[in-house]
Amino acid sequence: MSSLTMRPCGDFRTSYKQDNTIFETKTIRWVTIFTILALCFAPLLVDAYYITLLIQISYLGIAALGLNILVGYTGQISLGHGAFFGFGAFASAWLNTSFHIPVFLCIPLAGFLTMGVGMMFGAPAARIKGLYLAIATLASQFIIEDFFARAEWFSGGSAGSMAEPISLFGFAFDTDESFYYVALFSLVFMFIWGCNLMRSRDGRAFVAVRDHYLSAEIMGVKLNKYRLLSFGVSSFYAGIGGALYAHYLGYVSAEGFTIMMSIQFLAMIIIGGLGSIKGTLMGVIFMVFLPEVLESGVGLMKMTDWGNIPMVVDGLAYIKEMAIGLVIIGFLIFEPEGLAHRWTQIKNYWKFYPFAY
Amino acid sequence: MNFELLTQLIVNGLIVGLLYGVIGMCFVLVYKSTQIVNFAQGEFLLIGAWVCWASLIYLELPFFLGFILSLCFMAAFGVLLQMIVLRPMIGEPIISVIMVTIGLSIFFQALMKWIFGVSPQSYPQVFDTQSINILGLNIEMAYLMSTVIALLIMVAFYLFFKHSKHGLAMRATAFDQQVSQSLGISVKQVFAMSWAIAATVSATAGIVIGMVNGVSDSLSIMGIKVFPAVILGGLDSIVGAIVGGITIGVLENLAEFFDSQYLHVGNMYDIAPFYVLLIILWFKPYGLFGTKDIERI
Repeated sequence: MSSLTMRPCGDFRTSYKQDNTIFETKTIRWVTIFTILALCFAPLLVDAYYITLLIQISYLGIAALGLNILVGYTGQISLGHGAFFGFGAFASAWLNTSFHIPVFLCIPLAGFLTMGVGMMFGAPAARIKGLYLAIATLASQFIIEDFFARAEWFSGGSAGSMAEPISLFGFAFDTDESFYYVALFSLVFMFIWGCNLMRSRDGRAFVAVRDHYLSAEIMGVKLNKYRLLSFGVSSFYAGIGGALYAHYLGYVSAEGFTIMMSIQFLAMIIIGGLGSIKGTLMGVIFMVFLPEVLESGVGLMKMTDWGNIPMVVDGLAYIKEMAIGLVIIGFLIFEPEGLAHRWTQIKNYWKFYPFAY
Repeated sequence: MNFELLTQLIVNGLIVGLLYGVIGMCFVLVYKSTQIVNFAQGEFLLIGAWVCWASLIYLELPFFLGFILSLCFMAAFGVLLQMIVLRPMIGEPIISVIMVTIGLSIFFQALMKWIFGVSPQSYPQVFDTQSINILGLNIEMAYLMSTVIALLIMVAFYLFFKHSKHGLAMRATAFDQQVSQSLGISVKQVFAMSWAIAATVSATAGIVIGMVNGVSDSLSIMGIKVFPAVILGGLDSIVGAIVGGITIGVLENLAEFFDSQYLHVGNMYDIAPFYVLLIILWFKPYGLFGTKDIERI
C-alpha cells in the first residue's frame, strides 16, 4: 500500500516547513480559497437541485474522509462505516429530542458518542488485522443495524425518529439554501482538520502503522493506541456526517444504514484514492453524480425511438446498483490508485508538455 | 422447557450447519489456494439456483439434467470470473481484493434481481413426499437430500485432496506458490480449478436451499452468514470450516429457541452468530483452527 502515496521523483523538500505545508504550491492555495469562495455564492448561481447534491456531497464527504483516515492512512479495514454514520444520525436526533440540547451542540456530541461506539467495536482491531478485521467490522455493522431496529428509546424503532433543523441565535437553517452554508462550513472545517491531523505526530504515526507496523512499533509508535485512535477519529467523522444528514432530512429511519452504505463509502475512497484527502472529495463527487448521470442517460434513451425498452426503463434501480459494482471493479483493475493519482498524472503531463520527461 | 421443539431445532441446525460447512469449505478452498477472500460466495449460490430454476422452467428439462447443466455453467462461470476479474488482483493489497469481490457481489446481486425479479420462485416438485418422519421428527425430503449431498461433497473433497494428482497440486500451491510453480505445477490452472470447484459446490448448496425455501435474492445472505462459521474454524482450515459451520448452524437455532421461549427480543436467529464471532475474535484472533501468523522483520 506504500506506493499509494508515493511522490514522483523530483519532488525535493529542503526544510520541515516545506514538508509540513497544507498547500504544496501557492497556486493550489489560491485555487482552493477561490473555490471555497465560489461555493459560497453557489445558491445564487446554480439550480436548487444542484444545491441538494452539494449538501449530499458535504455530509457524505465528511464521513468518507473519516473512512479514508482509517483505511487509506492507517491501513485498517472497516466494513461498518455506514452503521456508524447511522449511529451519528440517530444519536444527534436522540440527544436533541430527549435532553433538549440545542442542535448545533448535538452534532459534535453525536460525533463523540459515535467515536465511543466506534472505539468499542474497533477494540479487537488492536489484536487482529487484515481479513479478520474486515469480518469483525462486518459483524459490527450487523449488530449496530440490529440495535437500531431494537432500541426504540434510541432510534424510535421501525417508525424512525424526527430531527429538528439546526437553529442558531433564533435563526433556523431549515431551507436547502441556508442548510447549504452549514454543510459547506462543516465540510471545510472537517477537511482542514483532517489535513492538519495528517501533518501532526499522530497523522504520521497512522501512516507509519500502515506502511510497516512492526517497524513503527520498534520506532516507538504505540500500535494499539494508534489503531484504536484511528477507529475513533474515523467514527467521529462518520458521526458528524450522520448528524448533519439527520438534521438536513429532518427524519431518520433505520433502513438506509445497511451494509450497502458501508460499501458505498469504501467505493468512494477507492475511486478517489486511498490515502488522499483531495481524492476523498473526488470520489464522493463521482459517486454522488454517478446515479444522476445514469438517470439522465436513461432519460435521454427514452426520447429516442429504440430507447423505450421496458427492461431498461423499469430496471433503473438495478442498473444503478450494477453500475456501482462495475465502477468498483473497473477502478480496482484499471486505476487502483484512484482519481487523485490520475489527476496527478494529468497535471504532470501538462507540466512537462510537450516533453514527456 | 419444550424438548420436542428443542430437538427439532437442533436437528434443523445440524442440517443447515452442514450446508454452512459446505459453503465455508468453498470459501476456505478459494482463500487457501488463491489468497482471495470471496465476498461473492453468496452470489454463487444465487446464480446457481437461478440458472437451475430457469433451465427447469423455461427449458423444461428434467431435474437431474437441469442440475448437471447448471453445474457445468457454474464451473465455466467460475473459471471465467477468475480469468477476467481476479487474475489482475494477484499481489494487490488486501483491501483491493476484498473490494473487488464485494463489487462482484453487488453487481451480480443486482443483475439477478434485474433478470429474475425480486419475488421468490419455487422449484417444481422433485420428490413425491414432502417430508418424512424419522424417530418422531419431521424432516423435509429436500433437507435429507441436502444432508446426503453435503456429506458426499465432504467425502469427495477428502478423496480429491488426499488421493488425486490435482488435489495434491492444489495443496502444494496453497503451501507455497513459487516452489510449486518451479516443480512444474501450473498455478494458473490450480487457481482456475479452485474457483470452478467453489462455484459448482456453492451452486449445489444454492439449489438445495432453493428447493426448500424457494429461490430469491435472500439466498445471497448465506454468503455473509458463512463468515462467522469460517472465522470460528479459522480462515485457512477446511476441517475448521465444517466444524464452524455445524456449530453456527446449531447455535443460531439454539438462540432462536431461547429467544422464542424466554427472552422474546426477536431476530436472534440472524444476529447471534455475529456476537459469537466478535467474542471469538476477542479471545482467539485466528479462530479455533487457523494458523497463527508469526512475523519477523
